[in-house]
Amino acid sequence: MTAPNHRWRNFKNAVVQTLTFACAILVVTPLVLVFYHLISQGFSSINWAFFTQLPKPVGEAGGGMANAIVGTFILLGQAALFGVPVGVLGGVFLSEYGSSRLNWWIRFAADVLNGVPSITWGMVVYALMVVPMRGFSALAGGVVLGMMMIPLVMRTTEEVLQLVPGGYREAALALGIAQWRAIVQIVMRTALKGIVTGVLLALARVAGETAPLLFTAFGNLGWAHKLTEPIAAMPLQIFIYAISPYDDWHRQAWAGALVLLVLVLAINIGVRFLTRDRFQKQS
Amino acid sequence: MTPGEDKTIPETRRETGDESREPNSSIPPSTLGARPSTVLTAPALTVRRLSVFFGDNQALKNTSLDIAARAVTAIIGPSGCGKSTFLRALNRMHELTPEARVKGEIRLFGEDIYARNVESVTVRRRIGMVFQKSNPFPTMSVVENVTVGLRLNGIHNRKLLAERTELSLRMAALWDEVKDRLHAPAISLSGGQQQRLCIARALAVQPEVLLMDEPASALDPLATAKIEDLILELKKDYTIVIVTHNMQQAARMSDYTAFFYLGELVEFGPTAKIFTSPSQKRTEDYVTGRFG
Repeated sequence: MTAPNHRWRNFKNAVVQTLTFACAILVVTPLVLVFYHLISQGFSSINWAFFTQLPKPVGEAGGGMANAIVGTFILLGQAALFGVPVGVLGGVFLSEYGSSRLNWWIRFAADVLNGVPSITWGMVVYALMVVPMRGFSALAGGVVLGMMMIPLVMRTTEEVLQLVPGGYREAALALGIAQWRAIVQIVMRTALKGIVTGVLLALARVAGETAPLLFTAFGNLGWAHKLTEPIAAMPLQIFIYAISPYDDWHRQAWAGALVLLVLVLAINIGVRFLTRDRFQKQS
Repeated sequence: MTPGEDKTIPETRRETGDESREPNSSIPPSTLGARPSTVLTAPALTVRRLSVFFGDNQALKNTSLDIAARAVTAIIGPSGCGKSTFLRALNRMHELTPEARVKGEIRLFGEDIYARNVESVTVRRRIGMVFQKSNPFPTMSVVENVTVGLRLNGIHNRKLLAERTELSLRMAALWDEVKDRLHAPAISLSGGQQQRLCIARALAVQPEVLLMDEPASALDPLATAKIEDLILELKKDYTIVIVTHNMQQAARMSDYTAFFYLGELVEFGPTAKIFTSPSQKRTEDYVTGRFG
């Protein structure tokens, strides 16, 4: 009850508060640094040609990344086509069906898969698809990104479905609605925004993957005309340009990195926008 | 136990579910000549030796009673006495709880609702339920909430859906309040309106029995009064079983009262008798407020 006691306590509190604040700032700093660096180095190389032209051969100035930008979207589209249904339905199983013991194992497996190094995924799909099909392909690239999305989407879907109050499930079943219909049309509909959020975050996460694509999509300096051909992707192109000895290509790599970061940021902002009024009343 | 317990019950309504019933018979035939509720008819539900276990814990012990048709049966008792457990056994809601086990027999107008060849979905279509916490579906409008039970059971006839919507909302005494905003989100309604919407939603599939688990306990006195009036109106057509913590409510509304204590049915009989001259000491202590 004496003053010094208070002072000591206040001091400790101030120390902890400062320490946590400093760490919080440390979290934000890299984003600011990365953005600053990318904009200062890459912004000057971003122009109309960057989005519309193919890469030029070494020595020729100009050119762009049109094939890599389109390639990234094609790969993400394939990944979503393959990864979203499997991931979402897996999450539905975990949340709505499944016994607790089985679920424990599935969750454990999904969490392990989330931690598997991305290059390992690349090797797996290389062995499963590239070798039997005798060639790198856009298809293999889409599959590897889709496989990486599955555990992510599954866990987020499970989590948002668990947030739907049990009262809605009971109410639906008490109306004599079959369980699968109640799940699809009532529980999943209620959690739709959360599910979409999880999918978008998973897409943003795999959009920048490079290592697995080295073994699968491989990269392509021109257009891919079929899904069975190697295809360009922004992270791959950045990688190839960045390790080259040419200044011109370095500038392109900076610009590509900036565009990729803006894409990921746009997805994240989209997610914020979607989740904004999650628990507010609609009007 | 009500008289007639040991008689075999003539199967007055042999229909198996909604589909076989005339879809346009919006008003059940019974409204034409509603009997005074004191007259005993064949019971709607006969419950025999019903026990419910959650894991190793027996929440309901060997309960037998008859629920009279077109009457209000109140289930009273202190918290944790097995009231809700009993109610939820009546439409097989315990099947959603993995560790729950139900033993004994429940017959709806003579049909064993736990029989192997009877689907829980069919049972729940005939025995509707209203919950303590109002739970209109938040992604749906008022009208979508009312018709959801029909639509998700494959009924898409617009005329029928519109008729059922109005009828159900009228029966739930909500029509006048929401008829101009049927397409507003259900969660924009007030708490009392939301609960009546849930009642309308349950009525829209035209069940034979309506189970209510403390339907008014989260509402203010005015909204509670509306729900009570509504229940008295509904019993002309429906068999109602209501769990309540509110002794006055049970006394005001019900024709029969069952008093549960520690998972056992202590006493069951006409409400007037339970509240004025109960035969068990424990019942008397509870209804006079000496414990509970």
